Amino acid sequence: MKLPIKVLVPTGSLGAGTTEEEVRYGISHGAHVIATDAGSTDSGAAYLSTGTSKNNRGSVKRDLGILMKAGAEAGIPLIVGTCGQAGGDLNVDWTKEIVLEVAAELGIHPRIALLYSEQGKAVLKAKNAQGKILPLAPLGALDDRTIDDCDHIVAVMGPEPYMEALKGGADIILGGRTTDTAVLASFALLHGASTAASWHAAKIAECGAQCTTTRLGGSGVLISIGEDHFEVEPLAQNNTCSVESVSAHMLYENSDPFMLTEPGGVLNVTGARYVQADPRTVKVTGSAWEPMPYTMKLEGSSSGRFQTIMLVGIQDPLIMGRVDEFHDRLLAALYERTRKTIGAAAGDFHISLRMYGWNAVSGDKPPPGTPAPREIGVLFVATAETQAMATQIAKACNPYFFHYPLDLDRELPSYGFAFTPADIERGPVYEFKLNHVVRVDDPLELVRTQWLDLGVEVAA
Amino acid sequence: MKVTVKDVCRHVRSKNAGPFWVTIDLFFDGEENFRKYADSEALGPATLSRLFDADPTLVKRFKVPGLNIVKLSYARTSPQGGMVERDMHCGQQYVRLLAVEL
Repeated sequence: MKLPIKVLVPTGSLGAGTTEEEVRYGISHGAHVIATDAGSTDSGAAYLSTGTSKNNRGSVKRDLGILMKAGAEAGIPLIVGTCGQAGGDLNVDWTKEIVLEVAAELGIHPRIALLYSEQGKAVLKAKNAQGKILPLAPLGALDDRTIDDCDHIVAVMGPEPYMEALKGGADIILGGRTTDTAVLASFALLHGASTAASWHAAKIAECGAQCTTTRLGGSGVLISIGEDHFEVEPLAQNNTCSVESVSAHMLYENSDPFMLTEPGGVLNVTGARYVQADPRTVKVTGSAWEPMPYTMKLEGSSSGRFQTIMLVGIQDPLIMGRVDEFHDRLLAALYERTRKTIGAAAGDFHISLRMYGWNAVSGDKPPPGTPAPREIGVLFVATAETQAMATQIAKACNPYFFHYPLDLDRELPSYGFAFTPADIERGPVYEFKLNHVVRVDDPLELVRTQWLDLGVEVAA
Repeated sequence: MKVTVKDVCRHVRSKNAGPFWVTIDLFFDGEENFRKYADSEALGPATLSRLFDADPTLVKRFKVPGLNIVKLSYARTSPQGGMVERDMHCGQQYVRLLAVEL
């Protein structure tokens, strides 16, 4: 294929909101492929544990409708990575169902590749026993119990499964968990663009218009990757990319601004040069790619103890002047109340109070002399072994949380509940348990590819 | 006069970098202050340990001279979304750094 390879990145995350106008611009400027990711670990472990999407179904369907229609009309592939936020098998299948629905509505019959990278526990224990699973800081060596604790575990794919699916003639690829960069780089890597520039361009474009000067002024970007460079421009015509907006994106959500570790190597941008090619476009040269032994990062999530929450609003002027004292006394009273009324049956429980409007975000005591707030919201969080017990604790604490006075000789105050019932069952505490990589001999070893050929089904 | 982070930076931001790391970007207001303060001891492991309880041996500091940016990264001390979570995406953590004297 003639270089440069042009990759239309319609949005930072499928469902965030692409527009027909932006996609039309990218297609009319010669896009060879549409590629986007649909998730990340950013929003926490719940989405992997539950196999659900963060973005709502309607938004994802709307974006897929625009992209599938544009891809089918232009005759170019559509690649979606990290489907359904977490990229577990359930998340991929959720996305697949929406794609099938949209295809039927559009009357199109794409050949669809599904890339699954969820891992069985026995496979991982065997790899661990062979010494092929290595920890990343700050975690230590992996033990089998941690593997067992996980609800779902995914291996983060590189570009190779996507390249194979493209070779196999996929019109649409729906991938499980994948590095954002691999999703966007795969087509260019397959078709002979510079390896380093493909990876670097993909990193810059991973959040869509985040690398432009007006981040809310559009949704996506077009990257053009050549033999030794790449260019990036916004899809929205009134938006621009600047040297600063592009180069600063290497820092975003990245603990190292110069090196980015990928499954088969490291992108090194220490020597990258960014120049303004035209008023909207930045050209980048000098990126480097250092091949390394192939590893896939593992992400595993667990669901632990359960929480029940309550919220009150307080404006009482006496309390506004003594928030820290009120916090400490109320918390002690709630612990005592739980011990007295539920006793040993409460098990290993935990209560915390977050004083919104005062110090809820940090939990630190503000320095003396800090002005009193006008009002605060107090969030009560009970954590216990079961949902039922967390709720029992909240119910036991309810009268105190509602009426606890700062001075015991005052008439009992009543604080501002916003809801009835006052207690809200929040579900389990989800956490990521793995920060490890697994060494593989073949990038496809831990990946399962399934094909859904809607054209063949129609013919049959 | 004591100079603080907020006096010499036009923008400071913090964000999670994966579930186990936090990264803070300090955009200095120009080359002069970047040169003067980029290597300041006050932006080192001891300060991050004091402010965030970060393991000082895991603190990373990078300078990006072309952009007059200093990046500080440290390992989270409590799991993202865990029982005592107060800032899932760590987007508010930078605030504690603003008043640090350089």
